[in-house]
Amino acid sequence: MPKFLVDNKEIKAKQGTTLLKVCLDNQIYIPNLCYLEGIDPPSVSCRMCFVEIEGERQPVTSCTVFVKDDMVVKTDTPAVRQLQRTALRLLLSVHHVDCKNCQANKKCELQRMAKFLKVGLKPKGLGIYLREVEIDRSHPFLDYYPNRCVLCGKCVHVCREKNGQSALTFSKRGFDTVISFYGVRDLPTPECENCNVCIDICPVGALALKETQKEAVPNLQGEEDPNIA
Amino acid sequence: MNPASNEKIDQIFDAIYKEAEKRRNEFREDPGPKIHIGLATCGIASGALETKKAFEEALDEYNIEARIHTVGCLGHCYAEPVVVIDHPDSGFPPIFYHEVNAGKAKMLAKLFLKEGDPRFEHVYGAMEENDLIPSVMEFARFNREKRVVMEKCGHIDPEDIYDYIAQGGYSSLVKTLKLNSDEIIKEVQNSGLRGRGGAGFPTGRKWELAKSAGEQEKIVICNADEGDPGAYMDRTILESNPHQVIEGMAICAYAVGAKKAIIYVRAEYPLAVDIVTKAIRQAIELGLLGKSVLGSSFDLEIDVFRGSGAFVCGEETALIRSIEGYRGMPRHRPPYPVQKGLWNKPTVINNVKTLASVPPILDHGADWYREIGTENTPGTAIFSVVGNVVHAGLVEIPMGVSLRTLIFDICGGIPNNKKFKAVQIGGPSGGCLNEEFLDTPIDFDSLTEAGAMMGSGGMVVMDEDTCMVEVSRYFLDFTQNESCGKCTFCRIGTYHLLKILERLTRGEGEDGDIELLETLSKDIKAGSLCGLGKTAPNPVLTSIKYFRDEYEAHIYEKRCPALMCRPMIAFYFDLDLCARGCDACATCCPVEAVFTTSNRKKGVDQELCVKCGECIVVCPPEYDAVRKVSPPHLVPYIEKPPEKKKED
Repeated sequence: MPKFLVDNKEIKAKQGTTLLKVCLDNQIYIPNLCYLEGIDPPSVSCRMCFVEIEGERQPVTSCTVFVKDDMVVKTDTPAVRQLQRTALRLLLSVHHVDCKNCQANKKCELQRMAKFLKVGLKPKGLGIYLREVEIDRSHPFLDYYPNRCVLCGKCVHVCREKNGQSALTFSKRGFDTVISFYGVRDLPTPECENCNVCIDICPVGALALKETQKEAVPNLQGEEDPNIA
Repeated sequence: MNPASNEKIDQIFDAIYKEAEKRRNEFREDPGPKIHIGLATCGIASGALETKKAFEEALDEYNIEARIHTVGCLGHCYAEPVVVIDHPDSGFPPIFYHEVNAGKAKMLAKLFLKEGDPRFEHVYGAMEENDLIPSVMEFARFNREKRVVMEKCGHIDPEDIYDYIAQGGYSSLVKTLKLNSDEIIKEVQNSGLRGRGGAGFPTGRKWELAKSAGEQEKIVICNADEGDPGAYMDRTILESNPHQVIEGMAICAYAVGAKKAIIYVRAEYPLAVDIVTKAIRQAIELGLLGKSVLGSSFDLEIDVFRGSGAFVCGEETALIRSIEGYRGMPRHRPPYPVQKGLWNKPTVINNVKTLASVPPILDHGADWYREIGTENTPGTAIFSVVGNVVHAGLVEIPMGVSLRTLIFDICGGIPNNKKFKAVQIGGPSGGCLNEEFLDTPIDFDSLTEAGAMMGSGGMVVMDEDTCMVEVSRYFLDFTQNESCGKCTFCRIGTYHLLKILERLTRGEGEDGDIELLETLSKDIKAGSLCGLGKTAPNPVLTSIKYFRDEYEAHIYEKRCPALMCRPMIAFYFDLDLCARGCDACATCCPVEAVFTTSNRKKGVDQELCVKCGECIVVCPPEYDAVRKVSPPHLVPYIEKPPEKKKED
């Protein structure tokens, strides 16, 4: 069982576990958004979980490192914090900060990270850019908020895990990248009505049950998908 | 390999070679003239198909017996459509004609082919030494090159496998089949060949890693997802000599123990896709691919996979995802594709140029290859030199040649008496170098040290009229559009860089923007997931480093020193030069911003002018009266433009 140091604390963990998981299990918080046990290969897309490991030239993502004997890990160095703060500020610069009207308020990962990294929710110095489409209502049961989403991709993964085929995918490129329900109406049985795994896994409240869910639309005639040009 | 099977391989290949030789001799010994027309995409874009048609019609009309031989690209894009006419009866050597349009073709058919007059005023040079016409080999553009990969490009018909075989093609594969895989890998390792896709990883080592993965199934992929703006080396090679790439793939597959290979080529290269597909079919027909290659125990199946237009799919892990049918998004490495690649099988991914370098290496030996180029980077580099340069096109040079030699000696320098300003190497991932670096030798390490990178071979030369802030904006616009959107730094970081650069080019820069660009760039480089994000800020960082004064002029003086950024310039006419009564500018102005002054010269209504620059183009050179200034308030007052009549 590998034995190693994280922030001068000696830790033992099972061979083959990722450093991020071990740290989180040992109450050492490393900011992260896209990590989920079982995603293989890991997304490594949020670029938050940086740590410094002795012998490495620059900070590395802890979700891709497997624990090794005699590793010396630091989670709180200036280089690590610099990258984490920049990443968080970038995420917030395209985030519609409207916490009091957001279902994720008080359990939002962005709020947690902002507090932890001492970054204001409305960072100065960077312009604020929001996507045009405020809410994607094309799904029969769900609403998607592109300006809340951090594109961690967990919803895509859990949906595929549970239903064998994901009702959510990434679409478009660059800044315009969003989660899309493209093709959801072609799925054999959209299980979405009673599922909610994607809503539960979302760290920032970007997916929500339709407000009008009570009056539901069982014929699946949602609005046109804005992602299909 | 046992000697008996070696004999069998030789036997089968000899028969193929004899057929190729027979066809070649038949062609050579035909006493009539031969017309070689370059029909790669660049030639076709310049009208080579019309040229071919004109030749065909003229041959009919004047009743001339001549053969038309379609070939690939010689790399001389500035001279397209290129035609080489070999007319032995005329007593002249084969002659290289440039810019042969349909009219010229018809004229040459009549006057040269029929009447024997080569029309010296249209001759570019002779293809071989002789006493009558200077040879093209006397020009630096020809004699300073060293062709290894492109040796046969433009000389053979890419759609005829026998043309390639008659010139020695597939003999390296025959040699390979008689050696064991370790010997092949050793030879490639000894040659010092480094991957030509950009990173420069030693090819032999990659092959060895794949081979050491053991008995399991392996895959070889040829990466032809070339996407850098202005780069077209891979396309030209595939269109001009696909068999050399296929042969390289076969050798690689044999060496690493793969039975399946894939050419990943962009769908935007329809001609390359066609030619490669055809080439594979021909190779299968001759038994050079497929089950039991040349009678040996080696099987190889090659497929063509068309990439559907995402730049990021040139990144190897994204490329793999895209073949697997997923969205082309890179993943974290390790595991590297040689450990866990396509369908989780060990996969060797090599660039077109890398694979095309392999047959000559095995043919001439590793020592021969090592003698070309530099100690750390043996071999040649292929660049597509484009932009403000006289002899634009594909150039294959030994590694270690300086940028100055390449740009000024080989490619003829900057046109229109303009001054050299910068060269952008390595596409959107590379950097902009200024004239201080002209003496930098071209190889992987020197260019990386200078802040640019070798990249896959795109080289954009820029003259003094190019604004470096605008160039950075252009490249960031490209990378931002092509970012897959997966990771935070690339998706949002490059967007911020782009937005800041857009502000600068609009004249809305603020104090602190340069510093913000720099810190953001550094974090994006350190934080991004794949090569695209890690290198995307390079154009910004290098242009700030070497052209900081231009950024400062944009921010603090609202001035574009290169007079390129439209919101920051204004046009006017120099009244001392402007010709009374000339209306050239007024008639072409799309917004009717040009008015006639009281003494019948011209003025610009600054409120209407959209700064398109059409007036500069049409102003007769003997007057050359149009002037640009930046910032716009420096424009001299001429007189009040007339009130525009309101339309009813």
